[in-house]
Amino acid sequence: MITITHYLILSAILFTLGVVGVLIRRNAIIIFMCIELMLNAVNLSFVAFAHYLNSMQGQLFVFFTMTVAAAEAAVGLAIIVAVFRNKETVNIDDINIMKW
Amino acid sequence: MLNLVALILLFPLIGAAFNGTIGKRLRKENVGYIACGAIGLSFFVSLLVFCGLLLLPPEERLFEKQLFCWIESGSFKSVVGLQVDPLSTLMILVVTGVGFLIHIYSIGYMHHDKGYHRYFCYLNLFTFSMLLLVLSNNFLLMFIGWEAVGLCSYLLIGFWFEKKSASNAAKKAFVVNRVGDFGFALGIMLIFLTFHTIDFTEVLSAASHGNFEAGSFTITIITLLLFMGATGKSAQIPLYTWLPDAMEGPTPVSALIHAATMVTAGVYMIVRCNALYMLSPFTMIVVAGIGAVTALFAASIGLVQNDIKRVLAYSTISQLGYMFLACGVGAFTAGVFHLMTHAFFKALLFLGSGSVIHALSGEQDMRKMGGLRHHIPTTYKTFLVGTVAIAGIPPFAGFFSKDEILLESLVRGNFIYWSIGALAAFFTAFYMFRLLFMTFHGESRLDHHAAEHLHESPRNMTLPLTVLAGLSFFGGFLGIPGASAINHFLSPVLGGHGHTEIPGAASGGHHGAWLPYLMMVVSTAIALGGIFLAYHMYIKKPALPKKLAERFSLIYKLLLNKYYVDEIYDALFVHPTKKISAQILWKLVDVKMIDGSVNGIARLVRGFGNVLRLLQTGYIRNYAFYIVLGCIFIIVFAVFGK
Amino acid sequence: MPILTLITFLPIIGVFFILSMDSRRSELIRVTTLLVSVVVFFISLPLYVTFDAHTYEMQFVEKLQWIPSFGIHYHVGIDGISLFLILLTTFITPISILASWHITRNVKEYMVAMLVLETGMIGVFISLDLFLFYVFWELMLIPMYLLIGIWGGPRRIYAAVKFFIYTMAGSVFMLLAIIALYFLNHRTTGEYTFNLLEFYRLDLSFAVQFWLFLAFAFAFAIKVPMFPFHTWLPDAHVEAPTAGSVILAGVLLKMGTYGFVRFCLPLFPEASHAFIPVISWMAIVGIIYGALVSMVQDDLKKLVAYSSVSHLGFVMLGIFAFNIQGIEGGITQMINHGLSTGALFLVVGMLYERRHTRMIADFGGLTKQMPVFATFFLIVTLSSIGLPGLNGFVGEFLILVGTFKSRILYASIATSGIILAAVYMLWMFQRVMFHEITHEENKTLQDINKREFAILIPIMLLIFWIGIYPSSFLRKMDASVNHLLKQIGEKANIVSNVQKQNNNITPLIDIVPETKTEW
Repeated sequence: MITITHYLILSAILFTLGVVGVLIRRNAIIIFMCIELMLNAVNLSFVAFAHYLNSMQGQLFVFFTMTVAAAEAAVGLAIIVAVFRNKETVNIDDINIMKW
Repeated sequence: MLNLVALILLFPLIGAAFNGTIGKRLRKENVGYIACGAIGLSFFVSLLVFCGLLLLPPEERLFEKQLFCWIESGSFKSVVGLQVDPLSTLMILVVTGVGFLIHIYSIGYMHHDKGYHRYFCYLNLFTFSMLLLVLSNNFLLMFIGWEAVGLCSYLLIGFWFEKKSASNAAKKAFVVNRVGDFGFALGIMLIFLTFHTIDFTEVLSAASHGNFEAGSFTITIITLLLFMGATGKSAQIPLYTWLPDAMEGPTPVSALIHAATMVTAGVYMIVRCNALYMLSPFTMIVVAGIGAVTALFAASIGLVQNDIKRVLAYSTISQLGYMFLACGVGAFTAGVFHLMTHAFFKALLFLGSGSVIHALSGEQDMRKMGGLRHHIPTTYKTFLVGTVAIAGIPPFAGFFSKDEILLESLVRGNFIYWSIGALAAFFTAFYMFRLLFMTFHGESRLDHHAAEHLHESPRNMTLPLTVLAGLSFFGGFLGIPGASAINHFLSPVLGGHGHTEIPGAASGGHHGAWLPYLMMVVSTAIALGGIFLAYHMYIKKPALPKKLAERFSLIYKLLLNKYYVDEIYDALFVHPTKKISAQILWKLVDVKMIDGSVNGIARLVRGFGNVLRLLQTGYIRNYAFYIVLGCIFIIVFAVFGK
Repeated sequence: MPILTLITFLPIIGVFFILSMDSRRSELIRVTTLLVSVVVFFISLPLYVTFDAHTYEMQFVEKLQWIPSFGIHYHVGIDGISLFLILLTTFITPISILASWHITRNVKEYMVAMLVLETGMIGVFISLDLFLFYVFWELMLIPMYLLIGIWGGPRRIYAAVKFFIYTMAGSVFMLLAIIALYFLNHRTTGEYTFNLLEFYRLDLSFAVQFWLFLAFAFAFAIKVPMFPFHTWLPDAHVEAPTAGSVILAGVLLKMGTYGFVRFCLPLFPEASHAFIPVISWMAIVGIIYGALVSMVQDDLKKLVAYSSVSHLGFVMLGIFAFNIQGIEGGITQMINHGLSTGALFLVVGMLYERRHTRMIADFGGLTKQMPVFATFFLIVTLSSIGLPGLNGFVGEFLILVGTFKSRILYASIATSGIILAAVYMLWMFQRVMFHEITHEENKTLQDINKREFAILIPIMLLIFWIGIYPSSFLRKMDASVNHLLKQIGEKANIVSNVQKQNNNITPLIDIVPETKTEW
């Protein structure tokens, strides 16, 4: 029987994948996708908990998250496009002027 | 009539305020009239007060008028109150009387000066301050007068401020006086601590009623501190150096401030505090010693100076030394008596020298004078009176007072005091007649320009000279041994002290009645000896001084350069202070050390920030990594922490 | 009528007026500002007239709730100690505004800063609530920072930042101490309040007093400034515009000394006693050192700045004499210093306006060209020297008498400061005003004009007034200062008794409230 634990483990794995992806990848778009992955990992645990606790609140949150993710995707991609237009790269190692 | 005493102060103050504010727009004559009128009125009121005092029986001759409370804080209280007693009355008579004559003289002397109104403003202000000094009824008020006369002296020495030497001299006078005032101020504080009051009457009566043992340590310190103030104001060793330089001021100023009145403030103060001084034998020795040494020291410098005013300046220092000698041996009356006669003849001499300088269009070097007696006869005659008076030839004023001091220094003091005093008297007679001969006798050494403009001074200058000459002649009769009016008059203030015994009864013991008469003969002989020597060297054999100077060139140079005291002071105090302040205190301690450490802390913080900001790599994943680390830390803490 | 509130916030109302004006109409702005400050001055005069000298109680008290949940009140009031500092503030402000007529750049902002500054300064002196005090204390820092930083000389940024950070560094400790007092008071009385008068009643153990005193004293010592915390002062003075220097010297520095009298002494009497030698020696070193360093300066403003260090050394010495002469002398000297040093900066400012230099070597012989100016300058110089009959003497002498009563050695050393004062001031005066004119530019200098005359005359009057009849000032302080001394004496006794009973010194940690923070 698939219990809540399985869902949570899956969610944790997805989340960790996302985190690691953000930390080690150089390509901004991939990082971006990893962030989406993390969001969806959280969504998964929300849904799992909603089912487990028999409450709608978790599902409600998922919708919120998805909305935010959509908005974020729009803004984020726009930024990436803007950066690419200026710098001709989406390699984040080259986009490091915000330092010192 | 005694109630009028406040007016004595008021008139000069009004005069000063008037001339100081709108004097510039007035005509010169009016400025002079106002100033002289103010002092004249003041003198008139002083006479009234004097008469009022005479009408009282001697033991009741003390009148205090309190005007208002000046500073009061807790138990410390100083009022603005005036004290009229024989001593202060005598002083105000001298100050206003001599002051009045000098004011009149100044009208003529300063006539061509641009700062005419300024001059009279200062001069009136000075008279006011001096009167405040002598009339005050407590130490602190006296201190106001004390500093205020110093200020006026500063302003008047530096009157011709464009001259660098004048402004330097002014500053020097103020600062050196401040050194003395440092002692004076501490003395006042110690008096307050000891007596819980600074009122003259209370302090002195506490002192004279045996509340303190003779020789008590506190009293000795108090009197020494006060004496420190006196050495500053009255130009005694070691603080005398400002007075010769003070001759940069206009000559009437030298006469009024640096001869007749202000410089005698120290003597006045000691006489005023005689009850305190009598309690401290040690201080008395110091006072007498410094007085005697200064008398001789300054006289010896006076022997070789060539500037007519400088000779007189050293002479003043020397005469002041006599006064301190008198006070130091306890002969306060003799000190005051000499103060008075000195005011007459020294004012006369300074004014006379001013008249000479005026006649010679500003020349002060005696080597460029000579043979003036025919050209400026009035000046010569009056100057001669003054010279004879200071040399101590009977029956001129200086004879009586100086003789009394010498006598007292022998009777009450010891042979050393007397011999120093006598030697100084010999010097005095010599350098004064040297001055007289070099200036008025012999060949004319004038330069062409001066000779052309040679003229006798106007009436308003010669009149004061004549009056002062009269005073220098007759003034001594106030203190004829045996029938001394001044002695009698001052006795209420001086109590048992300072009373000159009538000859015959004089100190009994092994000194016989013949001593005073012998002393008179001896001091006359000393004076005549000095005069004769001067006559011999400067009239008979004018080449002799030069030869002597070459023979004893070391001594001569030492004297001519005033024992190099100024240079020594400069090397010891002035230069090191400047150097330490600039090089060590400012540039090293302040800029490098203190400010350096302040800025150093700022730099330290900045350095630390510089290290920390390396964390800010600009790589998002680094930041994200820190976030993850933080999250892990929190989770670990939440799960495993306690 | 709430006079105190009125004089404190009237300048702020003026600020709104000025903000609504067209910034190009600078003349109008200047006149309005001047008018506001003059009105404030006249409103503040009744304080002096109606002040009751017979009581030590706070007068003209106003108390309103401000932030009730923290026990913070708008609580103001004055006694004989603060009375004259407020009057000094309202007196100096119009004068410095009048002295800022030559400011042409950003007049509007400048005048706004001046008025806000006035509010802050008055607020500091009237606050009886420590929170309110701290607010005003920091408030006045900002306009001063701007005055130096915007309208200052070439190194203005450095000076402004140094001034700001230095003062802030001190006030942080003070804030800590205030908060500590707040909690300590709660622990003993169970009441949360910042009321100073309540704090006066606290009996603190010596260890607590020691640390809190140190915190307060650090803030105030920087402000005074005492040696060796003084180095911000020359920089700030040199760079500040004339009016800034005048207010800085005239009022801001007094906040440090005022703080000692108002807070350190009555709140921590035992610790203050213990600190007498430290503070006194710092003051004495300041007197001598300030004078010596002042002597060798070649910049007029720096010279005056260092002389302030020397003068304020006297004030601190007087306060820590712990007797009536010392403290009354100290307060008088605060006012005197405000007047004479303020006037000195004004005078230097007038020279600067004419010649655009402050170097002593660039002057010389000015008396000839500017006789009236010379007279004023001389009077101010003499007042700074402490010539009897002028204001400086009264304070200085009382301080020395007070110090002499408690510690003869201190007074004897400090008295030598009066010699040095004469040296550096007169030497400066000589080099600036005497001799022949050597610089061509100085031959065409104009004597002072009517505006400058109007600036200096009131100060002159006060200089003479305090010098000749100081009773009208001293009498108003008597009750308050006596009470202060009684307060110090009584509390010091209580604490020392407690101290004797349990000899073990309470640990420092004790002051931290024992309420536990929960997760």
